[in-house]
Amino acid sequence: MNNPFTLQGKVILVTGASSGIGRAVAIECSRMGAKVIITARNSSRLEETFSQLEGKGHSLFTADISKPDVIENMIPNLPSLDGITHCAGIIKNIPFVYASPENIEEVMKINFYAPAEITRMSIKAKKLKRDSSVVFISSVSGVFCSAIASSVYSASKGAINGLLKGMALDLAPKGIRVNSINPGVVETHIFDADVISREQLEEDKKRYPLKRFGKPEEIAYAAVYLLSDASAWITGTNLLIDGGYTLL
Amino acid sequence: MEKINNFITNIAEQFDETPPNLFTPETKFKDLDEWSSLIALSLIAMIDLEYNVKIRAEDIRKSTTINDLYEIVKAKMQ
Repeated sequence: MNNPFTLQGKVILVTGASSGIGRAVAIECSRMGAKVIITARNSSRLEETFSQLEGKGHSLFTADISKPDVIENMIPNLPSLDGITHCAGIIKNIPFVYASPENIEEVMKINFYAPAEITRMSIKAKKLKRDSSVVFISSVSGVFCSAIASSVYSASKGAINGLLKGMALDLAPKGIRVNSINPGVVETHIFDADVISREQLEEDKKRYPLKRFGKPEEIAYAAVYLLSDASAWITGTNLLIDGGYTLL
Repeated sequence: MEKINNFITNIAEQFDETPPNLFTPETKFKDLDEWSSLIALSLIAMIDLEYNVKIRAEDIRKSTTINDLYEIVKAKMQ
């Protein structure tokens, strides 16, 4: 049976694959037949993701992509790619009056510079095949709305959405598609060490028309779609997945 | 650590409408009309910047007075 959503035979790089959305994307891509290359800073959690991948031929790189030299060393070791999903990201809840250049830099390094540079270097090294697909995990924040103490995070995600529109144009002649997924709040460990209390999160959950946060795999299914040939005519778009949050 | 007076001044600065002279070690800062989740996040950011101490939402939750918060920050500085 012909399945336009299959990733059979495709090689996909997934950053931030040690937890949350990145882990789910890696696992779902493997279930759809892709060979995945996963990367993250934390090697033990990355190996945990690796052990959950289905099929054979996957590989992993422990890499701190906030460091440009790490990216530079990683790219030549990559095989030819049919897609990249940029899932590595950090959230920083800091009121604007405390958003110093250092704080902004810390967030931009991971959320903006790293995915931009990984894509650019992959193209320069001719690692991204014709008809490949680049997917950024962006956010509702900074593109459709924001939240208190989220200006820096919003800026990083808004920047991604500007970047991808221009990239989509520049890379169209190479047949490379560039899109983002813009999720509302997804249940991940990104909040574990954070400054937002559980009570606030429970309060926030009630503001979602579908009355819950997203699940990592619900974002991963969209990544599978944008990586597959089913989305062959989609480029430069933002796919909003938010349980109806931004309708209100 | 510096005296509590400076700490109180730094706390008071996170409030836009509450007069600074209302703040004492015994002030129940979360009972102030102006209290909000943004001010809670501002306190966390201020304490990180001024005292190089990372507190969490939980630390704010379990503090009632400014002195309670001061003691938490002091303990984390040691």
